[in-house]
Amino acid sequence: MNLNQALEIVGQTNPGMVRSHNEDSITFDAEYGLAVLADGMGGYNAGEVASGIAVSVLASEIRHRLESDSPEMKEASSEEDVGVVLLRDNVKKANLSIFNAAQSQPQYAGMGTTIVAGLFYDNRVAVAHVGDSRMYRLRGEVFETITRDHSLLQEQIDSGVISKELARLSQNKNLVTRAVGIDADVVPEVHVHDVEVGDIYLFCSDGLNDMVEDDDIGATVQMLQGNLTLAASQLIEQANDNGGRDNVSVILVKIKGSYAAPRGVWAKLVSWFRN
Amino acid sequence: MPAKLILSMDGSVIKEYPLTKERTTIGRKPHNDIAIDNLAVSSEHAAVITILNDSFFEDLNSTNGSMVNGAPAQKHFLQNSDVIEIGKYKLKYLNDQPTQTSSADFEKTMVLRAPVKPSAASVVPVADSGAKFESTTQYNATAPKPASAAAPAAAPTPVAVIQILNGPNLGKELELSKNLTTLGKPGVQVAVLARRPHGYFITHVEGGSFPLVNGSSIGEQPHQLNDHDVIELASIKMEFYLKN
Repeated sequence: MNLNQALEIVGQTNPGMVRSHNEDSITFDAEYGLAVLADGMGGYNAGEVASGIAVSVLASEIRHRLESDSPEMKEASSEEDVGVVLLRDNVKKANLSIFNAAQSQPQYAGMGTTIVAGLFYDNRVAVAHVGDSRMYRLRGEVFETITRDHSLLQEQIDSGVISKELARLSQNKNLVTRAVGIDADVVPEVHVHDVEVGDIYLFCSDGLNDMVEDDDIGATVQMLQGNLTLAASQLIEQANDNGGRDNVSVILVKIKGSYAAPRGVWAKLVSWFRN
Repeated sequence: MPAKLILSMDGSVIKEYPLTKERTTIGRKPHNDIAIDNLAVSSEHAAVITILNDSFFEDLNSTNGSMVNGAPAQKHFLQNSDVIEIGKYKLKYLNDQPTQTSSADFEKTMVLRAPVKPSAASVVPVADSGAKFESTTQYNATAPKPASAAAPAAAPTPVAVIQILNGPNLGKELELSKNLTTLGKPGVQVAVLARRPHGYFITHVEGGSFPLVNGSSIGEQPHQLNDHDVIELASIKMEFYLKN
């Protein structure tokens, strides 16, 4: 099922004001309902290599599988949606590719990446993440974080050591507790959420949310929802105006219409003719 | 470089204590890491818990209490240059982390190689990150900065105002107090005014035609506004000017 009619997706990535190169990688495809954003780390160009591998593994493998299968189908072995399994398995696959490259090439030793990936299907979104790249949702007036960072700071917030308000004063902002490519295996966190027409989803690297307060990010998305390209460039501009100390990447996904998967034999036949 | 506490009394420095331990104790008895032999100090008066680059002060129900930055404090999330007072003694907290733009390399995301539990959604308790916390109360810090810690160093942009020049709202003024302000009617024509460190910019958002500035179309690109420019949007004219 082609989601071009139901989804509008834009994405931008920018090195920021301080870093000489961009270690973030993004890709998105409205037809398959896919958005992937990765924030690489590691010396020299290794960060770019890691985030690049992650993004290309997810995009190519998921597209390939969706040529023949639908994400809302149930996986025979686990009764989970194919979409969920695709995200989880391919984050693990990317993990192994990066880990093996890092093991075999000394200049890539220790490289890794965070990732956040969304797959939109059947009026839902499955989102997988590892590390501190995030997905936010604007629904009506409410703008909120949907993913929860795998970071020391988030653990401290969860256990009540530090309040959310004071967290921005912490010096431990940049410590992630999970990353793709650091160990032989990784456990991505995957959840499925229902979507509503009019929702806007924002995927971003920490270069955005470390530089711009959540309230300002939300206000920008809400005000400029009529022009997603402008919203994306305004977000990057605000991060850079505030110092732009890190690479900054954003992907915005707007739900323009319903995209329920066709049900029953007749609906499948109609959808087969339409495509 | 680890953070440190500098012990002083009446303005003269007594000793420096680097915060290398997870728990640094302060009290009158000699077994404390920072021992202060004074009767106003309880035998186990307070502790400072350090987790990587962050330190937290906690008064251990001392008889005479503790102050941080002049206010009584039970628990406090220490920030660079905070001053803890115990009796006549002062402990200044110094944490020379590169918080600002000094060195970008220090801010690079790093992986904390703590043993991460294999279950997917489980919250890893803080104890696994190398710190042991029994208290679940939140720490307070005085005067958290309202704006982003990375506020631009440049002088603040002067406040600007939009005054309506025609139509039913003639004479009305709108102060551009936020970073972004939208003008116009959704679905018809909308423009956004962005306040940036080096001035104000108007950009077309949606609608069939572009906003006019001093009679000419701005197109799709952001256009910087000058004092007393006249904007025309959905046949409403307005003047942009800077407040002193």
